[in-house]
Amino acid sequence: MKILQKKLELCTQCRVCEMECSRTWFKEEKSEKSRIRIHQDNLLTCTQCGECIKICQVQAIYRDKFGVIKVDRKKCIGCFMCVGFCPERAMFMHNDYAEPFKCVACGKCVQKCPTNAIYILEEAAG
Amino acid sequence: MISDEVRTQSNIISEYRYTTGKIDKGYNNRTLYVNVGTGEIREKPVTQMMKDKLIGGKGFGLWYLWNAVTPETRWDDPENEIVISTGPLGGITQYPGAGKSLVVTISPLTGMPMDSNVGGHFGPLLKFAGFDSIELQGKSEEDVIIFIDGNEGIVKIEKSPLKVSDSHLIGEQMAHVFSENEEDKKNVSVVSTGSAAEHAFMGLLNFTFYDARRKKIRMKQAGRGGTGTVFRNKRIKALVVRFRGVNRGLNNPVNQDILNETGVKMHREIHENDAKQNRMREVGTAGLIEIMNAYDLLPTHNFKYGSHRDASKISSEIFKKMVTQNMPDGCWYGCSLSCAKAVDNFELKTGPYKGEKVLVDGPEYENAAGLGANLGIFDPQYVIEGNFYCDTYGIDTISFATTTAFIMECFENGIINREVTGGLDLKFGNREAALELLHQMGRGEGFGKIAGLGVRRLKQIFIEKYGADPGFLNDIGMEQKGLEYSQYLPKESLAQQGGYGLTNKGPQHDEAWLIFMDMVNNQLPTFEDKAEALHYFPMFRTWFGLNGLCKLPWNDIVPADNKKEADPTKVPGHVRNYVSIFYAVTGIQVDNDEIIRQSERVYNLQRIFNVRMGCGRRVNDRVPYRSQGPVTVEEYESRAERYDGQLLELAGFDPEGKTTAEKMAVLRKYREDQYEKLIDAVYERRGWTNNGIPTIKKLKELGMDLPELLAVVEKLQ
Repeated sequence: MKILQKKLELCTQCRVCEMECSRTWFKEEKSEKSRIRIHQDNLLTCTQCGECIKICQVQAIYRDKFGVIKVDRKKCIGCFMCVGFCPERAMFMHNDYAEPFKCVACGKCVQKCPTNAIYILEEAAG
Repeated sequence: MISDEVRTQSNIISEYRYTTGKIDKGYNNRTLYVNVGTGEIREKPVTQMMKDKLIGGKGFGLWYLWNAVTPETRWDDPENEIVISTGPLGGITQYPGAGKSLVVTISPLTGMPMDSNVGGHFGPLLKFAGFDSIELQGKSEEDVIIFIDGNEGIVKIEKSPLKVSDSHLIGEQMAHVFSENEEDKKNVSVVSTGSAAEHAFMGLLNFTFYDARRKKIRMKQAGRGGTGTVFRNKRIKALVVRFRGVNRGLNNPVNQDILNETGVKMHREIHENDAKQNRMREVGTAGLIEIMNAYDLLPTHNFKYGSHRDASKISSEIFKKMVTQNMPDGCWYGCSLSCAKAVDNFELKTGPYKGEKVLVDGPEYENAAGLGANLGIFDPQYVIEGNFYCDTYGIDTISFATTTAFIMECFENGIINREVTGGLDLKFGNREAALELLHQMGRGEGFGKIAGLGVRRLKQIFIEKYGADPGFLNDIGMEQKGLEYSQYLPKESLAQQGGYGLTNKGPQHDEAWLIFMDMVNNQLPTFEDKAEALHYFPMFRTWFGLNGLCKLPWNDIVPADNKKEADPTKVPGHVRNYVSIFYAVTGIQVDNDEIIRQSERVYNLQRIFNVRMGCGRRVNDRVPYRSQGPVTVEEYESRAERYDGQLLELAGFDPEGKTTAEKMAVLRKYREDQYEKLIDAVYERRGWTNNGIPTIKKLKELGMDLPELLAVVEKLQ
């Protein structure tokens, strides 16, 4: 199971992670299109807890074989309940897109973080 | 299970092809007309006048019905229609509670227009198939089904292939026939009723939706007023719509961003506050049982009393254990309030499906209060069983419960006996007798068949055939305008007596629920205050039914800072949401005042419709005394301290040394007089004459001085 982890004490809020994420997934550099988000004193990241799976009426949210939670855009009907119900506030939406988006622990931001405030944890499933 | 081969070309009675279209700002601008008597199927335009003055939903339904019937039309005449409409906001997937359909018909119980608000996927799928409403008219000579293929643009009337008559099976079989595989069932919604609607006047309509997680067909009910009875009388077995391709933008709103943002704000609010407030996600509306009991508002023994020592046996904690937790129980997409709870794998103990394990939608507050407390049966297993059978037989649980409670009181008073009931020992608390009465209703046999006619007709039968005292029956028979009361005890709240009595369709709490404001919080001390509440809240609540919305996300969840608002009872934060999403879909900017005016137009149309059908006057707004005060000595004496105190403080009558009969008479006169004063104040606030007729001045102010309406009211001014 892959999870993006954070060490808040090392984060300088430089937003490099947001820019890298946004560029990777949406080809532009915008904080509001990032799947990791600096918010007040916190860094909002998905813990892959799966609460959103339970919320979704159309079963568009699932856990893949690596334990990562993903949104099936073909099934999603854009209700954004998962955005409102995410306990980490780490399911995001942007008005340019019909579906929500979230961290899939791809690790791109980790590579760019200048202070090693984020890293990928790989846990055995279960 | 029937196979696909059952549906052959030769079964098609009539077919119509239409061009599928695109919704524009919440409207298709057309309606589907189907006549099951003549086989005629055609499209009708939705006019600009209809959108401007009637908005949609109930407004459209009433208008089509108005144009279809005459003052002489009875519920079972072929010209009577069933109109099902969503509204401009119906089908949006971002804001909770946006999948409602409004069913309008001339009711077998009241003889007037009935409106019933129902969830499930039919309304939104009908809209995406291309129609803002469907009008069903005529009477078929054989059982038919109607199928709307919303992708191919085909509407068909077919001979019914169904061998079953109860809704849980009709829903399953139709979903099977009209879908290609399990996954495809989500694209199908079925409207049907059950076997009891063949005989009973309180027949309801079930609207299905596919629960993807459970892989089960579920049902929501258009419960009130006998819509299912009309449906079966037209010999429609099922009305089916299929539309593949639901997504977030099908309404083509003018501003999707506002919908997204307002929706997420609500989802977050529900996530953070529901567990601390009404626990809709845990127990649905059943959470009200213990609250009503604590405030002496839970009707027990035919509304005699408001609480019972055994109420805890049917409390929400009990039902919480029975309904499956952590399921996405919205009856339309995007409803995070998720109140549509269900009991899974419930093993039935009685009736034709005895021994089968079924899914039961519910229990809701009304089921538990009505089937349980009001009949004096505090058994949760029985409540679930009764809930299942009412739904699948197509029986309105509210009317069934209130009617059975009335029968039980008559039975205990010796007005009727076992000879009359065919051996059923219909005493309060007898669950076997209550269930057997329900099964008889399903079979159309015995005393159950008579009970299915409802309280108004039973009163007449008991008076004419068994010599019952008309005064007593009219006091204890909890119906008004022919409709049975829903399950709140309004005795101690004058405002709620009006909340029930001064409604258009009859005593249903969806127009006004003022008990807490009035009785518990004392926020409505004067007649003017009460009249203002009985203007504002019925109008505001009407608006949900114009737009395809559910009322629950308005005030069954409130923003955390709601108390800081100038008028928290109106939940201003949510009203602002509605103003926003109405604009976001339609592009029309309204404010709170315009919301009320939009509702007033339709509300007055409905009132005048009642007048046109021979009701809708002051005399029709009077209520049974059981809803106002203690009818019997034991009722008075059970709360003697309360009533004695009121006599002294409010009526200026010293109860010391007086008999209960004397005190009851004085209290009754006082309370009835209060109610008359309330009527005066409410009529004035609503812009009606002293006889309850909308004034021409009011209609002109609202822009509702339409010639058809003026022709009805002019001579009555």
